[in-house]
Amino acid sequence: MPFTSIVELKQRLDAGETSAEELAGLYLDRIEAHNAELNAFVHIDREQIMAQAKASDSYRAKHEARPLEGVPIAIKDIFCSTESPTTCGSRILEGFTPAYDAHVITQLRKAGAVLLGKANMDEFAMGSSNETSAYGPCRNPWDTGRIPGGSSGGSASAVAAGLAPAALGTDTGGSIRQPAAVTGIVGMKPTYGRVSRRGIIAFASSLDQAGPMTRTVADTALIASIISGHDAGDATSVADAPAVDWLGACGKKDMKGLKIGRPKEYFVEGMNAGVRESVETALKQCEEMGAEIIDISLPHTEYAVAAYYVIAPSEASANLARYDGVRYGRRCADPKDLADMYTRTRDEGFGEEVKRRILTGTFALSSGYYDAYYKKAQQIRTLIRQDFLNAFEQVDVIATPTSPVPAFKIGEKTDDPITMYLSDIFTIAVNLAGLPGLSQPCGFTDNLPVGLQWIAPAWREDVFLSAASAYEAATDWHTRKPENFS
Amino acid sequence: MDIDVRKVADLARIKLTDKEADALGPQLNNILAYVDSLQKLDTSDIEPTAHPHDAAMPLRADAVTNTNRRDELQASAPKVEAGLYVVPKVIE
Repeated sequence: MPFTSIVELKQRLDAGETSAEELAGLYLDRIEAHNAELNAFVHIDREQIMAQAKASDSYRAKHEARPLEGVPIAIKDIFCSTESPTTCGSRILEGFTPAYDAHVITQLRKAGAVLLGKANMDEFAMGSSNETSAYGPCRNPWDTGRIPGGSSGGSASAVAAGLAPAALGTDTGGSIRQPAAVTGIVGMKPTYGRVSRRGIIAFASSLDQAGPMTRTVADTALIASIISGHDAGDATSVADAPAVDWLGACGKKDMKGLKIGRPKEYFVEGMNAGVRESVETALKQCEEMGAEIIDISLPHTEYAVAAYYVIAPSEASANLARYDGVRYGRRCADPKDLADMYTRTRDEGFGEEVKRRILTGTFALSSGYYDAYYKKAQQIRTLIRQDFLNAFEQVDVIATPTSPVPAFKIGEKTDDPITMYLSDIFTIAVNLAGLPGLSQPCGFTDNLPVGLQWIAPAWREDVFLSAASAYEAATDWHTRKPENFS
Repeated sequence: MDIDVRKVADLARIKLTDKEADALGPQLNNILAYVDSLQKLDTSDIEPTAHPHDAAMPLRADAVTNTNRRDELQASAPKVEAGLYVVPKVIE
């Protein structure tokens, strides 16, 4: 049962074979047994979670079950929710319990889901390995000496180890897709503007987007159908977004007529040979299922990481200005004046990587440097976006590796920020262009999962959901479980 | 280019210990050297992208939708008195 898809859990709940209480108890027991080893969850309140499950069962007894009635979903520690502390993996938000729910949390509650605690993450979502968390690193269930990816590492680790059947994550430069890839699960970043950002602690506002992390493609579609849609409370939530038939898109068994672009810039020297082989094999299989593989070029790819590391820290430096020790979270002891209070609160509250990003962004936006950095990066963002628009004139969808390497060892990349930043080399351009992306398991190298990334035109998540469902139906990678947790 | 890390930290209102400043200085310089690869491209005629879609920012009706929740919202503040946030003295 712990590795059952939520589509199937729903069927079992609807058939009366299990209850929300039984499911919540099962996952809580697994969390109790394994969390010390994985550190996937940072806030778990058993009583409160069991109370949600009980309420769901009694709702079901009286009404027609809602779309996620009784289904437990782990929540990244970045989503404000009133029933639990929300600390964004940071000391500066120690003890903060929001007075309101994020819009997507409201949507999950309305759909009858049980919120299964808060999952570990890189501090303020800044990281690719979950090592910057104030709660310590989270571990990869496939090899607990390795990282689960980041920043949504806790969400990925929990789903991969069967401590939760599904989770919510956020993705600013790959933070859903890269952890999904290196833990062998499915993760989707929807089109920018598809999912409301209200109540999600902001990192880089023009890039952030929330999405599902699940065991199957259909599970991702099911959660997307609940959390997506316009929210008047978020000015960047798009009101007239073209609708997608989320679940309808998932029935495909073949890829007849599908044109898949294979960008040469995503198959490069220096990437892991096992990753490359798994992805190439997956593409051959797509061809056998009727797809046409077309070589394409996204010529500005090499500038994506540099543009991102100007834009994201710049936006972060503005967003994180609010942590000043006045309205919420932590304040330093005995401030001697206001400036002392601000500067010491922020020094004590933020971790090293967060400070690095705030300082990078502050510099890039400072007087005299704005045009050379921020504006320049935004111009390159235009070129990157244009690359994709050109490519989608030739192809329906693009397929690439999600991460150039499988899960690396804890501590392996912490000494050099730039090596760490390059972990997201294949995911970042998608955020810059505001496009949807999905990672699904497509093989193993040295017993570590490999992810296949799909990129679709804006608002066309249905294209990759169909392709990914067909691939999933023809393969069994998504059914593999890490031995020590099965 | 050499960044004055103390000056930037001051702008960002972060007090750095000497040890932090010593480590961050070279790291920031490395990061900026890396992002300087952007200067290779001539972008003089390119419009900057601030938002991924060309959608206009919608305006909502200017109506009160919130009830007064002062006490709940202030519950997570470090120091509050009589509904006000308390900070160290600002004006002498």
